[in-house]
Amino acid sequence: MSEGIKQKAFAWLDERFDLQPLVNMMDHKKVPIHSHTIWYYMGGVTLFLFMVQVFTGILLLLYYRPGEESAYESMQFILTDVKFGWLFRNVHAWSANLMIFFAFTHMFSVIFTRAFLKPRELTWVSGFLMLLLAMFFGFSGYLLPWNELAYFATKVGTDIVGAVPLIGEKLKIIIRGGEDVTGATLSRFFGIHVAVLPALTTILLGFHLLMVSRQGISEPREFSKLPAEKKHYMPFFPHFVMRDGLLWLIINIIVLSLAVFYPWDLGLKADALASAPMGIKPEWYFMFMFQTLKEIPPHIWFMEGETVGILVFGVAALLWMALPFAKFRGKTIVESKWINILALISLTYMVVLTIIGYL
Amino acid sequence: MKFGRREFINSLLGIGGIGGLASIFYPVAQFLIPPENNEPHVSSLKVGAVSDFPINSSKIIRFGRIPIILIRQDQDTFKALAATCTHLDCIVQYSKERKQIICACHNGVYDLSGKNVSGPPPKPLDVYTVSIIDDQVLITEEKGMA
Amino acid sequence: MKLTSIYIRILVGLIGIGIMSPRILMAEEELNTCVSCHVENDLMPQDYIMEDVHQHSGLSCAGCHGGDPTAEDMDESMSPDKGYIGIPAYKDTPAFCGKCHSKIEFMRVYQPRIPTDQEDQYHTSMHGKKLLAGDQGVAQCSSCHTSHAILPAKDTRSSVHPYNIPATCDRCHGDSELMAARGRKTDQFSDYAKSVHGTALLEKGDTGAPACNDCHGNHGAAPPGAESVSHICGSCHLNNIEFFKTSKMGQSFESADYHSCEQCHGNHAIMKPSDEFLNVHESSLCLECHSDGDEGYLVAESMYTDIKDTDSLYQAAQLHLLDIQIKGMNDVDIAYLLKESKQNLIQLRTMVHTFDADQVAEKAVEGKGLSSQAIELAGDEIHEFNRRRVGFGIATLAFVLLALAVYFKIRQIDSQESNPSNEL
Repeated sequence: MSEGIKQKAFAWLDERFDLQPLVNMMDHKKVPIHSHTIWYYMGGVTLFLFMVQVFTGILLLLYYRPGEESAYESMQFILTDVKFGWLFRNVHAWSANLMIFFAFTHMFSVIFTRAFLKPRELTWVSGFLMLLLAMFFGFSGYLLPWNELAYFATKVGTDIVGAVPLIGEKLKIIIRGGEDVTGATLSRFFGIHVAVLPALTTILLGFHLLMVSRQGISEPREFSKLPAEKKHYMPFFPHFVMRDGLLWLIINIIVLSLAVFYPWDLGLKADALASAPMGIKPEWYFMFMFQTLKEIPPHIWFMEGETVGILVFGVAALLWMALPFAKFRGKTIVESKWINILALISLTYMVVLTIIGYL
Repeated sequence: MKFGRREFINSLLGIGGIGGLASIFYPVAQFLIPPENNEPHVSSLKVGAVSDFPINSSKIIRFGRIPIILIRQDQDTFKALAATCTHLDCIVQYSKERKQIICACHNGVYDLSGKNVSGPPPKPLDVYTVSIIDDQVLITEEKGMA
Repeated sequence: MKLTSIYIRILVGLIGIGIMSPRILMAEEELNTCVSCHVENDLMPQDYIMEDVHQHSGLSCAGCHGGDPTAEDMDESMSPDKGYIGIPAYKDTPAFCGKCHSKIEFMRVYQPRIPTDQEDQYHTSMHGKKLLAGDQGVAQCSSCHTSHAILPAKDTRSSVHPYNIPATCDRCHGDSELMAARGRKTDQFSDYAKSVHGTALLEKGDTGAPACNDCHGNHGAAPPGAESVSHICGSCHLNNIEFFKTSKMGQSFESADYHSCEQCHGNHAIMKPSDEFLNVHESSLCLECHSDGDEGYLVAESMYTDIKDTDSLYQAAQLHLLDIQIKGMNDVDIAYLLKESKQNLIQLRTMVHTFDADQVAEKAVEGKGLSSQAIELAGDEIHEFNRRRVGFGIATLAFVLLALAVYFKIRQIDSQESNPSNEL
């Protein structure tokens, strides 16, 4: 009975949208099985957390009111008067952090398994851009509750922008919507957080997913060298999807637990005249950059240390993005051991500086 | 039909699925229902029937986070003013004999329109609008007040 | 060329205005030879400022000093025949100013509501009496108001604006030579400046706090007698004096001829009162008359404990409130209760002046009740904060069930395959 209805419905849709090729594609899609298969799930988890962000973000939007005199108050309202407001706020905050964590994990796993090489250069570029967007998401979203910590963190963060050579000061004023962090900054960050970034991310995400499904899942070099009878695959549907689902459920439980047992403080309302609270720290994913800028000597050669740091990070980001196009000593990257060393050094650097930042 | 392993797993999937969906949709539905005071910030407040307030008397009323002094001057004149003295932090009171508002801390005096008449207060008291609708006293924040 | 010459002319004109500005200010009068001559010879009064209130009202030099400002010749313009007075003698200054300031017919032309009793009041003051007796060092009008930089008392630049009065009085009262000759101390200003009133006025800019004249009077300045101190303090500290007067203590003070408020709080150096005043175990003001175990000692002891307890409970409740606010829980009711609790503390500390341990105890119970209620509410909020975990438990159960089901399903699918894999 129900099978009959299903078939009829499919036939009806297929007639109009020509779904059969899609179904065939899904049926033929397969995921290689090897010792690094676990890394294939990282992108999916990031996607899941992004969906959680969209969902909880839209819910929060129902009650949140940007503005110097209303942002903190509306957050207070969400946390105290709106039923389950605390839940969605905390899920939103935790899921954001986990999303960035998994995006980083995804990125490094792609590097180590060489999944970013031809023909997936543009998938890599779009992914890296999305990671940057995710960090902007975090930075802009952090200010929205308009509490003391957020206020001063944003002040420090935007001050760093001011050190960009030539255009820094102008850029800082544009970002802040004025000389200082004020209600104008809040309006700006709100717009960026709920309109600009989601739009850009959606475009990039669409492209990213389209590429993944067009090009299939990449096989590590060791795996593709194996003789055909030794290569094992599992069908994408339902095997991989089910596993994905299981992992998403587990992540979901983790996010919920964090939201319940480690809720985020609302803090005290931002007060421009109050002195900065002790130990202003950026969010953890900015820590390695923040710490670097702190460690750099104030003057290097003829430039300010901070400016040098920013330039170095800017160039590094560009190079990182261009990694799939690079060649080392005439050899393609696949042959080169350098890439692993480079990635390891970067990762170690980030981890070590983050740890120093928190000590 | 035999209830085997497959059926067990399917029903577990069903129960878990329904439970999971419920634990998402219940909070969402609750979240969507607007709370009773549907504004983050109290901007108007019903304080009771006209007859609850005797003529030439006052009452300190809580308006959101701030105390307000509601004074009934005569049959149909009500005044509502912020009750925190503008000098330091004391709560003002209405003097029936003098028909003035006084702050006992440093003898600040305000008239019934909230103007600081004598003593230390540097500023008038904030004024709230009182309207009487269907014999009910309603206090509203004036436009432009923070 | 033409343009340049115009610019030069404008420039020259501007420089001219700069030099001759006093003259420009008196544009109404055709000619003022006082100013032109005094400016030329650099003989303008040292304290002269252009904003001077008399100058602004169109009163020129001759308005006070007499003479003829239109006469070119000095002998003529400064001739007594033309009513020239010159600088009035020190002792004649009150009458000199009073010529106009004591005449309402004259003054109301400028300021219809201005009082004209300053001169009369002055003669009732200690300054006025001594001046009449021939003391050439006491204050007269210009000592406080200046001679040529007179501004209305409401103007913050004025020497007699509340902000500046303490310093103005201190010009003489801090002069040890002047005061020693009259057997007076000079520590009033330094005492005042560190007092609760002084810091409020001078540091916080609270014009509600009394300056010298608010207790001593302005034109009729005299030290308040023992009798009037309570009235003066009571004019702001209403309840304190009311409680005190009706207390047993107030009555004994009166019969012993003590200076009510001043006896404990001092005069110029009145400090922010501390609960420690009552702490008979350490050092208390009460111990100056009372001793261990007598009735007053016991009353102080009881009041001190009540206030301390109420206060510490209030402080504890404040900490709870902060915790609730930072956690982002509902703080509205707690914050309001603490507002009430703070009012109670203020009242409680005022009530000390009843010197009635029972009344204070009663009030303290009320205050402690408010604070405990706030603490209780804070506890409820924390409880609510934790209660969220129950709902979480139920949801987690559902998700764990689902996860298990998915896991079994995966196992099931895998086992059906010809090539099973346990990889996940």
